[in-house]
Amino acid sequence: MQNDVVLTMRGICKQFPGTRALNNVDFTLRKGEIHALMGENGAGKSTLIKVLTGVYEKDGGSIHVDGSEKEAHIRSPQDAQKIGISTVYQEITLCPNLTVAENMFIGRTGDRIVHWKEYEKKTAEILNSLGIPARPRQELSRCSLAVQQMVAIARAVDMQCKVLILDEPTSSLDEKEVEMLFGLMRDLKRRGVGIIFVTHFLEQVYAVSDRITVLRNGELVGEYVVQDLPQVELVAKMMGKDLNDLADLEEVGRKSLSGSEVVYQAQGLSSTESRPFDFMIHQGEVNGFTGLLGSGRSESVRAIFGADRVTGGKVMVHGKPVRISKPYDAMKASIGYLPEDRKRDGIIADLSVRDNIILALQVMKGFFHPMSRSQMEQFADEYIKALQIKTASQDTPIGSLSGGNQQKVILARWLLTHPDFLILDEPTRGIDVGTKLEIQKLVLQLAEEQHMSVTFISSEIEEMLRVCSRLIVMRDRKIVGELTGSDLNQATVMKTIAGGEQ
Amino acid sequence: MRSSVKGRGTSGLGQLIIPLVALALLVLFNLFRDPSFFSISMATNNAGNPVLSGNLISIIDSASELAIISMGMTLVTASCGGQDISVGAVGAIAGAIFVKVVLGFASINVGVVILGILACCVVTILFKMFNGTLVAVFRIQPMIATLILYSCGRSIAYWINGDATPQINSPIISAMGMTIPGIPVPTPIFAVVLVGLLLALIFRLTNTRLYSQTVGINQGAARLNGINPVATKLLSFGLLGICVAIAAVIGVARLGNLSHKTILVDIEMDAILAVAIGGNNLGGGRFRLSGSILGAYIIQMLTTTLYAMNVATVNVKAYKAIVIIVIVVAGSPVVKARLTALWNRLRSGSAGTAGKEVA
Ligand SMILES: Nc1ncnc2c1ncn2[C@@H]1O[C@H](COP(=O)(O)OP(=O)(O)OP(=O)(O)O)[C@@H](O)[C@H]1O
Ligand SMILES: [Mg+2]
Repeated sequence: MQNDVVLTMRGICKQFPGTRALNNVDFTLRKGEIHALMGENGAGKSTLIKVLTGVYEKDGGSIHVDGSEKEAHIRSPQDAQKIGISTVYQEITLCPNLTVAENMFIGRTGDRIVHWKEYEKKTAEILNSLGIPARPRQELSRCSLAVQQMVAIARAVDMQCKVLILDEPTSSLDEKEVEMLFGLMRDLKRRGVGIIFVTHFLEQVYAVSDRITVLRNGELVGEYVVQDLPQVELVAKMMGKDLNDLADLEEVGRKSLSGSEVVYQAQGLSSTESRPFDFMIHQGEVNGFTGLLGSGRSESVRAIFGADRVTGGKVMVHGKPVRISKPYDAMKASIGYLPEDRKRDGIIADLSVRDNIILALQVMKGFFHPMSRSQMEQFADEYIKALQIKTASQDTPIGSLSGGNQQKVILARWLLTHPDFLILDEPTRGIDVGTKLEIQKLVLQLAEEQHMSVTFISSEIEEMLRVCSRLIVMRDRKIVGELTGSDLNQATVMKTIAGGEQ
Repeated sequence: MRSSVKGRGTSGLGQLIIPLVALALLVLFNLFRDPSFFSISMATNNAGNPVLSGNLISIIDSASELAIISMGMTLVTASCGGQDISVGAVGAIAGAIFVKVVLGFASINVGVVILGILACCVVTILFKMFNGTLVAVFRIQPMIATLILYSCGRSIAYWINGDATPQINSPIISAMGMTIPGIPVPTPIFAVVLVGLLLALIFRLTNTRLYSQTVGINQGAARLNGINPVATKLLSFGLLGICVAIAAVIGVARLGNLSHKTILVDIEMDAILAVAIGGNNLGGGRFRLSGSILGAYIIQMLTTTLYAMNVATVNVKAYKAIVIIVIVVAGSPVVKARLTALWNRLRSGSAGTAGKEVA
């Protein structure tokens, strides 16, 4: 092999009960290269990374580091760190109840006596240089998901590494932060670090990567130089479908539907986390909250659902005043809410896919009306098929599904309750391109055919523009504008978000 | 950092494999040592009624209180992610209440006994609501929240009957603690079945199981799905309270007296162990009652076996500890993951090696 290779994986196999996650996969990483690892949800990307970093034991194959003939034995993430592989996993693996500084340095202080003062100073420097809006002594759980993700990245990058692995690091970052991360990646690349980059954002792949390896159903499809693989072909390789099928998917059109009955209306609604705001949605309407991270868009929808403690405001559902002070009240008023942070607020990790799907509906049916087993199985089956959830069985614990598939299960949970008003906070986070379009189509279809009202939040403005007929723009936790009709274009939205011309 | 193996619930029968193997090994060991160890014979008791006797019967009989409390402990563990260490002490209080109520009547008939049991249940539920409130509302660790009652419960039991250890002489009570004339099986065994059926019925008719597991795994997400975590935790404490009351009544009936010092003594530790041996995660979440019941019988069989081997009473605890450590380690996530990996490799042995040769 050439001596610019830092990492070779050959014939990697990994079997989980009921799933062949990796089958004879090869992967090569060169020095100073950004290598995108692509594939649909459940293709095996995260598994390949976890095998490489010793989280999972591989069933077969070999790993060589630095072009050496000798097999590298990586049995634990610590081993991986020692030989210079540092990783940001898809699900944030920091300790929420420790401070930012502690999270940055824990497990890396060696056997020396720890001088936290010194580490806090260092942390402050790193946070500063990366522009991460957090304080070293802040408890991590008090930071937003995006900041947590940035801290995880900072932790990984700060280590002296030869290989840096980023598994969907950008899923909850906004454009500015993504640019910052890319700057960092290019920097490291110049220093000769090999970077493995997993993402479902195709533009990001083309913006930074040199090479792409595509996986499908745990098998290697191929390795390509970026210039030789146009976007359409990449998608086709990932999905294993013809381009024609894709063209069909692209035909998602925006539909404007208002003037009908107002399903939900709030006046001066506020919670412990959000300032008072007004909001309303018509039957069959799809609208959205947009704004930068921390602009208060998620906090607003949480107030609607009663997820945080509601502190004031008047709420009318179907024209009748109701009091929504906790999620159960909202569910009774036929409101559904898919939370932003699926690991913390969404999944019940050890419970089966089936229990996770039926959970909300079961709660709504009431404590004394448990569904029969066969009914649960039928519902679960229906939605596993409808959303093409990749799982070994209904009994598989949701925690062992791939990230994107977990997201689909939570989506299924709320679709199953058939709410009048569904709030989706980042429903397509971590979902592959093909499915993303399917979900957008589904949202429009629900609105049109079942007259469901949907409030949609997404960090991707294009996605918002594709599905929403009305955009509520937030800045600094206040609503600063509402866009409809011809104002719904990228330029106007960006301008409103940023705060006019300045 | 969290280890990847932690907390993954094993589905299906997986959880029960270790306790079943442990039980089987204990049975085999005893059969090897003494082939007649498990033989059952018909005998007549003091009252002249035919009763079944033998080691097996005595093991199942004397494990009754433990089995019942283990079931309740499993529920609390599942929803609160912690254990109640006051079950023995609250059991003593319950026993005292039972005795007090029953002795308050001139003659003891079935109605009086039922009244006593009900009073007992009310008291234990109240005490458990106190614990439950501390845990669910004030978010105090269950072990700390129950520590207070653990240390003062037996004194309270002593006061209730005016600083005495009262006796009850009644055929009804002794039928409850030993055997009902005409039925050769000890009554406490029926109580275990009854409690088991009751809980099974509750799981069938309500969402208790789903809710307590959900709350135990991810309380925040449970709330966002409309579940009330406080009510769920209180419910499991309430059910534990009923279990404690029934165990306490059996404890009193067995001896025909109330000894506040010895009734249900050390049962909290055995109950926690039974939950753990049954493969349930002491950190909360998914659970299996059958595992805990199995755990209770394993502990009792171990004790009986050690006594049958003429191990001195002072040493029994030490030997018990050793065996239990082995079982708990064998069921630990780390060892389990290793064993599963080994099993998978053995099963796909031929395919695996073929793949390696190619590479
Ligand atoms: N711990 C586990 N136990 C059982 N099955 C697992 C486990 N981890 C992953 N799998 C299965 O292996 C397959 C590959 O999962 P993986 O997480 O590698 O997908 P992915 O490519 O990262 O997908 P995504 O884009 O959704 O993150 C999936 O079918 C998943 O269900
Ligand atoms: Mg993944």
